Amino acid sequence: MKFAIAVFSAAHAPSSRRALLFAQAALAGGHEIVRLFFYQDGVYNASGSVVTPQDELDVPKQWRAFISEQKLDGVVCIAAALRRGVLNGEEAKRYQRDAVAVGAPWELSGLGQLHDAVQDADRLICFGGA
Amino acid sequence: MAKSLLIISRQAPWSGPGAREALDIVLAGGAFDLPIGLLFLDDGVFQLATQQDAKALQQKDLSANLQALPMFGVEQLFVCADSTAQRGLDSSALSLEEAQVLAANEITALIDRYDQVITL
Repeated sequence: MKFAIAVFSAAHAPSSRRALLFAQAALAGGHEIVRLFFYQDGVYNASGSVVTPQDELDVPKQWRAFISEQKLDGVVCIAAALRRGVLNGEEAKRYQRDAVAVGAPWELSGLGQLHDAVQDADRLICFGGA
Repeated sequence: MAKSLLIISRQAPWSGPGAREALDIVLAGGAFDLPIGLLFLDDGVFQLATQQDAKALQQKDLSANLQALPMFGVEQLFVCADSTAQRGLDSSALSLEEAQVLAANEITALIDRYDQVITL
């Protein structure tokens, strides 16, 4: 089955950890992930600035490794990310900000990428919505 | 055929960016000509209360964006009757006249009609 996965909760939220475990299990079960889309507070999952206590699961680090190793499409909504200060190098330069929080394998893009994934996937699975 | 998507908006307009961000998904879908629906549920119905004063909160009003929905080709607009009644809102005097007021059993059928659902 082709899954699109949307994450709306911050990196430290239990639902973000569940999203990560679901994504890993989906691939392990032979399914396909057409795209991971991070929206609202979900953009914090892509932040390289998150510091997780040593005895807790480092969710942003795990996402980064998982997306890189599996060569997945990890898209962060650009408008949601700008609002929350999760900028890549290009946006930091554009808005003259010092802090760059996100880089490869993440891509900053628009909501069209969410709609595109919804159309492409058999199922959309959401984590951390209201 | 394009897959249909229902957005269920459950956040009050001034509780954070949630309501605006839910609406942004709807507007983006409309811009791509996708079959998209929007249901206001629970505190989300407060987005349709009239006489809101965004300026008092130094914020931007959502209502202009809401009124633009039909222009973006989004005509499937729904409001939960129970949610408005529980919050003392008159469902016949909401800011989005195009929205159909639905009872609980009709909402079950509505959700069933859509291919995909996002609740925000």
